[in-house]
This record gives sequence, structure tokens and C-alpha cells, in this order.
Amino acid sequence: MSAEPDGPEDRLRRFATIWSRALFPATATSLTRPELERQLEPLARRLRDALAERPFRAATGESVGAALVEADCTEPETLSRTLDVVDAYLVLYCGAQGEREELRARCARLQHAVAAGFARALRERTLAEQEAISRAALAARGTVAEALHASEARFRAVFHGAAIGIGIADLDGTVLEVNDALVRMFGGLEHQLRGRNVGEWSHPDDSPHVWKLYEELVRGEREHYRVEKAFYRPDGTVLWTNLTVSLLRDADGVPQYQLALVEDTTERRLLHLRLRYEATHDALTGLPNRTLFFERLEKALAAGKGARFGLCYLDLDGFKAINDSLGHAAGDRLLVEVADRLQACATAPGEMVARLGGDEFVALTTGPDTERGVDELAGRIMHALATPISVDGRELTVRGSIGIVEGPAADRGAAEVLRSADITMYRAKHAGGNRCELADPEADARAITRHGLTTALPVALERGEFFIEYQPLVHLGDGSVRGAEALVRWLHPQHGVIGPDRFIPLAEHTGLIVPLGRWVLEESVRQARTWQARHADAGPLRVNVNLSPCQLTHPGLVSDTVEILERTGLAPGALCLEVTESALIGADDDLLKPLRHLAEMGVDIALDDFGTGYSNLANLRRLPVSVLKLDRAFTQGMQHYPVDPVDLKIVEGIVSLAHSLDLAVTVEGVETGAQADQLRELGCDTAQGWYYARPGPPDRLHELALADVL
Amino acid sequence: MERPAWAPPGIDITMPSVARINDCYLGGSYNFAADREAARHAMVFLPGLPKIAQANRAFMRRAVRFAVAEGVTRILDIGCGIPSSGAPHEVARAADPAARVVYVDHDPVAVAHAGATVEGDPRAAAVCADLRRPRDVLGDPAVKAVLDARLPVLLLLVAVLHFVEDAYDPYAAVGELRDATAPGSLLAVTHAAYEGTPVPREQTDGAVGVYNDIRNPLIMRSRAEIARFFEGYDMVEPGLVPMPQWRADTELDADAVEEPWACSGFAGVGRKR
Repeated sequence: MSAEPDGPEDRLRRFATIWSRALFPATATSLTRPELERQLEPLARRLRDALAERPFRAATGESVGAALVEADCTEPETLSRTLDVVDAYLVLYCGAQGEREELRARCARLQHAVAAGFARALRERTLAEQEAISRAALAARGTVAEALHASEARFRAVFHGAAIGIGIADLDGTVLEVNDALVRMFGGLEHQLRGRNVGEWSHPDDSPHVWKLYEELVRGEREHYRVEKAFYRPDGTVLWTNLTVSLLRDADGVPQYQLALVEDTTERRLLHLRLRYEATHDALTGLPNRTLFFERLEKALAAGKGARFGLCYLDLDGFKAINDSLGHAAGDRLLVEVADRLQACATAPGEMVARLGGDEFVALTTGPDTERGVDELAGRIMHALATPISVDGRELTVRGSIGIVEGPAADRGAAEVLRSADITMYRAKHAGGNRCELADPEADARAITRHGLTTALPVALERGEFFIEYQPLVHLGDGSVRGAEALVRWLHPQHGVIGPDRFIPLAEHTGLIVPLGRWVLEESVRQARTWQARHADAGPLRVNVNLSPCQLTHPGLVSDTVEILERTGLAPGALCLEVTESALIGADDDLLKPLRHLAEMGVDIALDDFGTGYSNLANLRRLPVSVLKLDRAFTQGMQHYPVDPVDLKIVEGIVSLAHSLDLAVTVEGVETGAQADQLRELGCDTAQGWYYARPGPPDRLHELALADVL
Repeated sequence: MERPAWAPPGIDITMPSVARINDCYLGGSYNFAADREAARHAMVFLPGLPKIAQANRAFMRRAVRFAVAEGVTRILDIGCGIPSSGAPHEVARAADPAARVVYVDHDPVAVAHAGATVEGDPRAAAVCADLRRPRDVLGDPAVKAVLDARLPVLLLLVAVLHFVEDAYDPYAAVGELRDATAPGSLLAVTHAAYEGTPVPREQTDGAVGVYNDIRNPLIMRSRAEIARFFEGYDMVEPGLVPMPQWRADTELDADAVEEPWACSGFAGVGRKR
């Protein structure tokens, strides 16, 4: 828009500029000042026109005041600045026509009208905005209330449906709310919980810090804590829980409530306790087991300076014989009774008894005077075993060998202590059993430990440390050598020759018996073949090979035997496999099947150690055996004259029974000529023993057989 | 305890709200006694707060005009507060009557008022959602409707990011919003800072304390920290500058530029790559 310089339009615009400059700093408008100025121009025009208007109309001024409010000039300051500008410049810039006095009067009246219009519009706007914001607040409140309602419904559903127990109490401990899960945990009655005080739920198993944490929380010094806690249910049973308690504060951070989340761990805890008990106790006797014993021993050994310990390592003498003859069930009952007696020996604080396995027990003492204490403990144990034990109506005399270790705690580890006790126990056993021995470091060093042998066994087989000696089997009728029993030996690099009684049980235990047994069989069969080849005229020399119970159940027994026989070319009839009577006790058809198979092929099966177990004579019929080997116990009584007539009768009976079943009878342990004569008279078929020959290298047998023929 | 997303806060008009306090600064009457009290209290420390509020609004106006001129006619105004005269939908419509605007705020009263303001307008909506939970914002049907995978939008974050504490990771929130917009979208931000505020820092902290007291902490950030909000955006000229300096209208407004309070904090617009 163009305007003549200093013409009415130009002057009007200059007035608007002054006005906008005065007004702008006081407004809250987001317009720029030039924009504001453009908005003010029409208002300025209205004011100019009002000056000249006839008759004078106040309404024009009022409309200008209202327009200001509309242009966001809501600050009172904007009115006062407007009035200042109108007062000072309106007449000056816009009052071209008319008389000064008149114009000034009109200008004053205009100002009054602008002020009134401004005030009225501001009041209207304020009221309208207040009403609008109140309506908005109300509307929002409705929306929020709805949402809150929905949210609370959800909260309630979560609270009551939660699988975890939830409880809310005030800071005095009064329970305000509980959910269904918590009620169920406590036995199902809500009134037993709601309204009660948290403080009533103390339990003897509460550790002191449980209640210390609680106090800290309700005092607002702690936000939450988590503990394992037990509660009594109203019926007196115990509820174990994982309890998490949190402090709830209000919007200003002031503590208001405590929230408890409760997880029922009763079942889990019981299971855990049971598993722990089972893991640390022997199922048969209920005594602590090896695991728990090691824990205690290690603790005793870690007790620190000045502390001492004493240990008794007990192994029953001849337990295997009892087990073999009376059966495992009776053996177990015996062990239970022994365990009970031992338990009664170690009742003082710091004493414990444990079963390590089999018939091995240990007793530990950590009392003040272990040097004397362990001696007394061993004495009590020996004394406790002195009274015979009644099992299945039999009075069994039980003896034990004890190895004692006593010393300062800090010196050794648990395994080393136990090893020393084990060696010492063996020393007691070798000295005849039924006694105690005190550990001696030098003796320890010399002793052959079962542990050492067990670990050395596999290597020994690889290195060829085993060898076989043969003890001749002699025909009692003509004194000819008919064969030999193969007896395995171990030439240990440190300990020299070790007999099978020492390592076969270990080999059985570790499973090495299977490859070892196969080696013995192969070696013996090969040897028998050599004898036959080199000395056909000496008659068919047979070889007897022992089978351990473990080999008996090994699935490869038949195929291995057949393969070995075929490979070496030995007739099956030249092989006799010896099986102990105890290994066949209670044998079912599955176990007998491989033996039957071998017997059908022509291999002889001998029942070894006959008469030492619980001889089930009726059972003999169904066993695929062709030879009975009488235990040396029967021949011992015939070493000296006069012979016990009862012994004679027994052997005579057995021989007669055997022959009527078509079984040959072999006797072991023949040491004198008198014995040999006696046994021949009784009808025994073959014999072995020192009287004829000790076990020896294969060539010795060759010589004997040859001599025999000659 | 943090309130779950689905449990809205109650309405308590005796508790000041930043949206209504801002209306006080702008001379409006969309506020209650508690809001005016808080505003007066803050102005004891920073008497220029009305000027700052005004500068924010002025920047917002220029940003909207710029966007519409660039062809960006969809506007998402998060932290809209109480839209009084000169609100984005008015400004945008003046340039393009087809412009669409969605107002978002977490203050239910502000949203109710915004809703009343745009009632019956098919191209505008008001949504109650919280910038601290960008997924809630983006999940709202009205917001989904205004966001388009191909069409750029103007995202207004005017005087709102300085109310988001670091614990809520405002950068991640802005990033999520950015990822939901089409390339070429614009982001307009203003943010409070000690830099440019024409009083000593301790005095500014007095006002910060007022906001802390009403449990709506005001987080002052440095220029560098504010610039980080534009990650993934190219800054539009003249970059991140004091509010009055951002594309002052052609008739340079010396009065506003010279107003020292208006230069408190920073403003900028970025274009998504």
C-alpha cells in the first residue's frame, strides 16, 4: 500500500508503528512486531475515524479495546501502554480536522471506551477460558476415572489370580490385604491372615537378621529385603517360603505400606533336605557315608593350629565268607547290626561313625585328647564286636581289624589320612586280624595299598606283568598227572609277586577282570595245546581255568572261549572252567545259559570251593557241572592221624552223592600221604596240593607228567 | 514404584501442570490457582519466562510455516500443551487448508482441551500418550493415521524434551519416532539450556528447583547434547541456534532478536536423511 509522504495514510501508519512498538514487549503474541503492526493498523483507523465521527460513538473505542484482547494483548500493561500512545499521539498524528480542545476531549472519551471494551473482552475471554479448562479437567477426570476403574479391575485380577502369595500390611504390621494364593499357603482361611500382625509370625528357625531387616524396612531405612523364612500354619504345620518384602511409599516418598511376595518352598525344601540326607548317608545302615565323612574329616583337618584328630578304620574279618555262605540279605543284616553298635561307640561330641562301603567303617574323633580318645574309641569298637551277632537265628562271631591314625590336624589331607588308616588296617589284618594297629609312616611307605594296586592294574596288563603258574591235578587212582589248574600271579615292579587273592577282587571291582580273565584263558589254553603237541604220549593234559562271577555274566564269555579254542586248536574236552559255588547261588537260567552252552560243547565245568557256601545240594542237578572241587576245609581234618570220623563221613557222603549225579570229585589242599590215601579210599577222583606239587612254571608240569609216565 | 503404562495418573488440579503453567506465561486463563502460583514462583528466578514461552511459540509458528512451504503438511505435535490461539493447526491451515495435525500430550487435561479445540475437525486429533513411551505414541490409531511410510511429517518437539529425564532415554525415544517417519520428514526441537539464559546459572537453578518441586523436573542440556537429538537428520539452515535467530521473518524483527530472554536455550530443524 502506497501512501503520500506525510499524508493522512502515512501519518496513520506512523501512529500504528509507534503503537506496536509500545505494545509489543508487553504482549504474549507469537506474531512478529511488523505483523502486530499490521493488525493494529485497522484499529488505528477506527480510532482516527472515531475522533471525527458525529455524533461521537463510544462503541467504536470499545471495539478497539476488545480487538486488543483478541490479538493476545491480555496483559493489563498492554492496556496502559495503549492508552499512553492514544493519549500522546492520536490527536497529534490523526487529528487533522477539528478543533484541538474538542479533539482532546474526544480522545479522552475514546480512551475511556477502549479501557471499558478491553476490560469487558478480557473478562469474557478469561471466563470462557476458565470454563473451557474446567470442562477439560472434568472430561479428563472422567476419562481417567474410567481408565482407573479398568486398571483397578486388572490389578485385582492379577492380585487374586497370581500364583505367588501377595500380602499388604501397614507399617505397624497389621495385615490389610492378602490374595488367594497366600490364603491357600496358610491353610485356606482368610481371617487367619487379614487383621493379624506380622510380628506374630516369628518362628524358631528365623535367623536374627530376618527381624532386623523387617525393622529397618518399616522405619523406612530399607526399600526391600529377601529372606528364607518359616511360618507356622494355624494347624501347627510349617510353611517354608522365599519371602520378599518391599516398602511402598506414597507420592511424596513417605513410607505407607509393606508388600510381601511369598513363594511356597516347603516341598522343594523337604526334597532338598531328603536329597542332601540321601547324598550323605548310607542307605543300608543310615550311617553317614563316605561323602559326609570326608566333609567332616576335611573340616577336622582344617581346624587349625593345635587341633588334633583320631581316626579308626575298621574292616570286618571274614565278612566275605559270611556274605557268600549266608547270602547277601543276611550279610546286610549283619552290617546293620554292626553299624548300630558302632554308632553307640561314638556318642561323644566330636565323634562320628561312617560307612565307607562294603564292610568298611570309619570312626572319627576330634575331642580334646585324641591320643587317648582314639585308643578308647578303638577299644570300645573291639568290645562292641565281641558279643556274637544273631542273624537268622545263627549266632555269628564278628571280628574286625582296625587301623588307627592320630595326629595334628594341619599335617595332611583327608585322602592321605584315610590311605594311611587303610594301610594300617591291612597290617592288622595280615597280623591275623581281630586287632588294632597304630599307623606307622614307615610301614605305610612299604605297604601295598589297594588304591595303589587298583590304579596300577590296567597298566600291568598292558606291560605283561601277569604270569601263570600251574598246579598239577593228579589222578588219585594211579597217581598220574592229568592236568593242571592255571593260577594267575602279578609280578609287581615294586612289590614283587602278588597272589590273586589280593588283586582279583580289585579287578572284579574295576571290571578289568574281563580282559584279564580272557588273557588267562588264552594263555592257559595255548599252554595246554603246547603240552599236547610236545608230549602226546603223556596222555591228554587238561587245564583248569578259574572264572570270576563278573566273567560269568559277561556276554562275550561263550564266543571268546570258542574263538580261543578254535584258534589254538585245543579240544573243548581239554578245558575245565572253574566256577565258585557262591557265584552260582541263586543263579537263574539266564546266568546258566552260557555255562550250559559250553558244557554242551564238551567243556568241563567244575564247581569250585564246594562246601564253603550254603550248599544247595538239590540245586546240583540243574547245574551244568561235571566236577565238584571240595574245599580244602574238608581235607584239613585228614592231615593228621587219627582222622575225625565225622569229617570222613561228610566227605564220603559228598563223594557218593557226586558220583550218583555223575560228577567227578577233585580235592584241594592235599598235603600229606595219609590224606591222599584216605581220599583215595573215600573214592575221590583227582587231587591237588603241596603233597604232589606246588604251583609252578609250565615246564615243571611237563617234567612231572613225563616222570609220572616213566 | 513406577506406574504401569496402563494405569493413568489421577487428575488433581491442585497439582500444577507444566502445560497450564506455560499458558500462564502466555497470558492465558487456561489454568488454575496452583498453576499460577507455580508460574509466579518460577518467575521470581526467571522473570523472562513469558518471553521464553513466547519465543518458543514464535519459533513453532515459523517452523510450521517452513514445513508447509516445503510441502510437509502432516504435523505430529508431541508435548503440545494447551493449544491456544496461534496453535499449529491454525498456522498450518493458514498456509494449506488440507494440513493434518495430531496433538499429543501426557497431561490428560491438556489433551481434553486440545480435543475440544479440534472437535469436529476431521483433519485434527488429540491423543493422550507419553513421549517417554514412544511405542505408546506410535501405537495410537490417530498417530498411525497421520504417519505415512511415504509422506514426510513435521515432528514438533517444542519445549518438551527438557522435561524428559535421562533415565527415560530421550535419545532412544526420539530415535524411535525418527524411525517411524518417512525420509524427508522434519524434526523441530526447542530445548532449555543454561547457555543464552541471561542470568547466572544459580538463578536459573532456582526455577529448575520449582519444576523439581512440582515433580516435573526441568533438565537443562548443553548445545552439544541438544544437537545429538538430530542424529539421522541433516540440519536445516541456520542450524541449532537461539530461538529468535531461526529463520527470523524477512522483515527482520529487531525487537525480538534483541530480547535477551528469547535467546535462552536452542532451536533447530532437521530433515531426515
